[in-house]
Amino acid sequence: MLEQVPDLTTAAGWLPLAFMLVMGLAILAYVILDGFDLGVGLLLQLGDGDKQKDTMIASIGPFWDANETWLVLGIGILLVAFPVAHGIVLGALYLPVALMLIGLTLRGVAFDFRVKARDEHKSTWDFAFFAGSLLASLAQGYMLGRFVTGFAEDLWSYLFACLIALGMASGFALLGSTWLIIKTTDELQRRAITWAKRSIVLLAIGVAGVSLATPFVSQRIFEKWFGLENLIVLWPIPAMTAVTFLIAYRSLARLPERLDKDLHDSEWIPFASTVAIFMLAFHGLAYSLFPYVVMDRMTIWEAAAAPESLMFIFVGAIIVLPVIVGYSVYAYRVFRGKATDLSYY
Amino acid sequence: MLDALLLSRLQFAANISFHILFPMITIGLAWVLLFFKLRFNATGDEKWMNAYRFWVKVFALTFALGVVSGITMSFQFGTNWPGFMNTVGNVAGPLLAYEVLTAFFLEATFLGIMLFGFKRVGNRMHTVATVLVAVGTSLSAFWILALVSWMHTPTGFEMRDGVAHVTSWMEVIFNPSFGYRMIHTMLASFLTVAFLVTGLSAYRLLRGDDTPAVQAALRLGIVMAAVLTPLQIFTGDLHGLNTLEHQPAKVAAMEALWETQRGAPLVLFGLPDAETQSNRFAIELPGMASLILTHDMQGEVKGINEFPGAHPPVAPVFWSFRVMVGIGMLMLLASWAAAWSLKRKGQLPPMLLKGLALMTFSGWVGVLAGWYTTEIGRQPFLVTGVLRTADAVTSVPAGNIALTLALYLLLYAVLITAYITVVFYLARQAGQADSKTSEPTAHGPRVLAGKAATEGGHA
Repeated sequence: MLEQVPDLTTAAGWLPLAFMLVMGLAILAYVILDGFDLGVGLLLQLGDGDKQKDTMIASIGPFWDANETWLVLGIGILLVAFPVAHGIVLGALYLPVALMLIGLTLRGVAFDFRVKARDEHKSTWDFAFFAGSLLASLAQGYMLGRFVTGFAEDLWSYLFACLIALGMASGFALLGSTWLIIKTTDELQRRAITWAKRSIVLLAIGVAGVSLATPFVSQRIFEKWFGLENLIVLWPIPAMTAVTFLIAYRSLARLPERLDKDLHDSEWIPFASTVAIFMLAFHGLAYSLFPYVVMDRMTIWEAAAAPESLMFIFVGAIIVLPVIVGYSVYAYRVFRGKATDLSYY
Repeated sequence: MLDALLLSRLQFAANISFHILFPMITIGLAWVLLFFKLRFNATGDEKWMNAYRFWVKVFALTFALGVVSGITMSFQFGTNWPGFMNTVGNVAGPLLAYEVLTAFFLEATFLGIMLFGFKRVGNRMHTVATVLVAVGTSLSAFWILALVSWMHTPTGFEMRDGVAHVTSWMEVIFNPSFGYRMIHTMLASFLTVAFLVTGLSAYRLLRGDDTPAVQAALRLGIVMAAVLTPLQIFTGDLHGLNTLEHQPAKVAAMEALWETQRGAPLVLFGLPDAETQSNRFAIELPGMASLILTHDMQGEVKGINEFPGAHPPVAPVFWSFRVMVGIGMLMLLASWAAAWSLKRKGQLPPMLLKGLALMTFSGWVGVLAGWYTTEIGRQPFLVTGVLRTADAVTSVPAGNIALTLALYLLLYAVLITAYITVVFYLARQAGQADSKTSEPTAHGPRVLAGKAATEGGHA
């Protein structure tokens, strides 16, 4: 691996690395933030009646738009920092990308149409919101699976991608249901706990399956993880993931009892541990892929745009990104606490 | 047989045509909402807040459509036009990145506060959020129009090994057509909104919804339209002269001038025929094209014959240009008639109200026609003189593109129908006492208290 890394003291050396970091963080932010609102979309049809559905929507109302912007940033950095890879990756993922976009479009507009259209059309838009969220979640997982295998054309690689698609949808459902635990009360909150318990089992099966299968669909990843010296350094990642799963599950199991006693201080633990699971999985994935931006074909340095263009964006990004994080935190603080009805005034 | 190039072009055209409809409303409407808000802050008159409350719903819906269709755009470069980023990625990339970093996050984040945060942040912060959303939408227009303009009139770069490298960012951003295009497009957005506000207010008046908020919105819309339409015609003319200087082939297509000539006629009507390189059934005004373009009846105007293999298709450019100009003239007539009637009699006759209601979305027609004129007029290049459209297209199988194109078209047809229906439905609802979406459910309103109790009961 080391022979692929150029001199990092030159701009052409460290800038692609910096952009890979920013791109990784943007995609991680996207997966977690849009993950919880996609997850709420996946669960919407399980809500009992209009009132619960409205509350579920209200819990993500002020956020979903900004959450989706992280996708535009992530894909934007792929586009601007690694233009050659952008074409190869998106060309290879042509159909799933289109399906994801159609899903995101459906759910984004259904969110608004459901309260503005005639009452008799509301259930149709609710279904569109659910279907769009499902389509987008599955497509994203599938694309990740195709990407990891380097777009290999054999049957196992396609099955592997389908497995990740299901795992991704379960993960989003877990994020969504644990988010609802924080944002809702009473019956809906109890239901969210039940949804979370089911999702976490599905996700655990998914993560285990993917972790076991990954090394076999990619020889390179297998060597990376199961070389002797690496095994010693890397074992904390799966170990911590397993522990986090246990924490999340225990907390979910005990939550109804605590809520009965009117103890609300641990409502945030399931969501926080789910986020931790996503971060650990992302970390493992990042380690598996580095330094490739197209698996086994193109490293970040081979795909990078000209240093002077990267520098022009880098300067802006360094100034603007902290501001974005700042006002995003502010917006989440404004709407902290239990979800209230979405009122325009 | 449709090939990947034509299908990709159709798909890009479908995506951008659908997308542009919504930003063209939100860019202008954001400032109109700010105006309502500031008037309310200054006067305390409830009618301004009522106007705000109605229009913010239209804004929210429009914004959502703009966001999701915009996400689609950001993927199109990679999925269908990899050659674009491979060749001019060093220029286009940073401009797009700055749009995301400075505009998208700003507008998306503060939109949440602007729409749903009134009770949580107080009036002052709510006004600030409205300002930031308005600034964000306009800033977004700035960056994307810088890129679009650069594709028409590229400057500030050099080609090394077939790849564009930037030599001056100032020259890239403030390229020769940028200023004209920026003003022309911003005015187009404000005009689209002026006719939307006027048309929907006229529609409400016709249905007997005669509240002060509707009257105030109608008045604002008419004033905006009457002032901005002549201004738009004037900047359009300047933009045209700029195009003549930098993209003469486009102007030749707009005017359907096949041969270079002195005293070129203005073709009022005709059927451009690419086979015979002439216009059939042409009705012409002698010398007028020369007069308009060179400000001299005998001035020389270059024809299509000067640009073999490097000129756009004549008929679509010729026709979209005429539709745009026609809409402009109609707007001038309607807005001045309305302004005159408002000034003289203080109100509008029903016929005029009906006409304005029919013109609610006339801005869209003008915008699309203008957009087709300039973008088809750029062909066969993707970036004038630098990159041909055919050289940038993907190698994805045509069948896949045909499939996604069909899906997009179906989706867009449904959504555009739903959007227009719902906007008029909102206008009808707003006139009724218990406006439907003013308090969308959840924990609050009284009506649902009983229902909530029963639901709690069988839990």
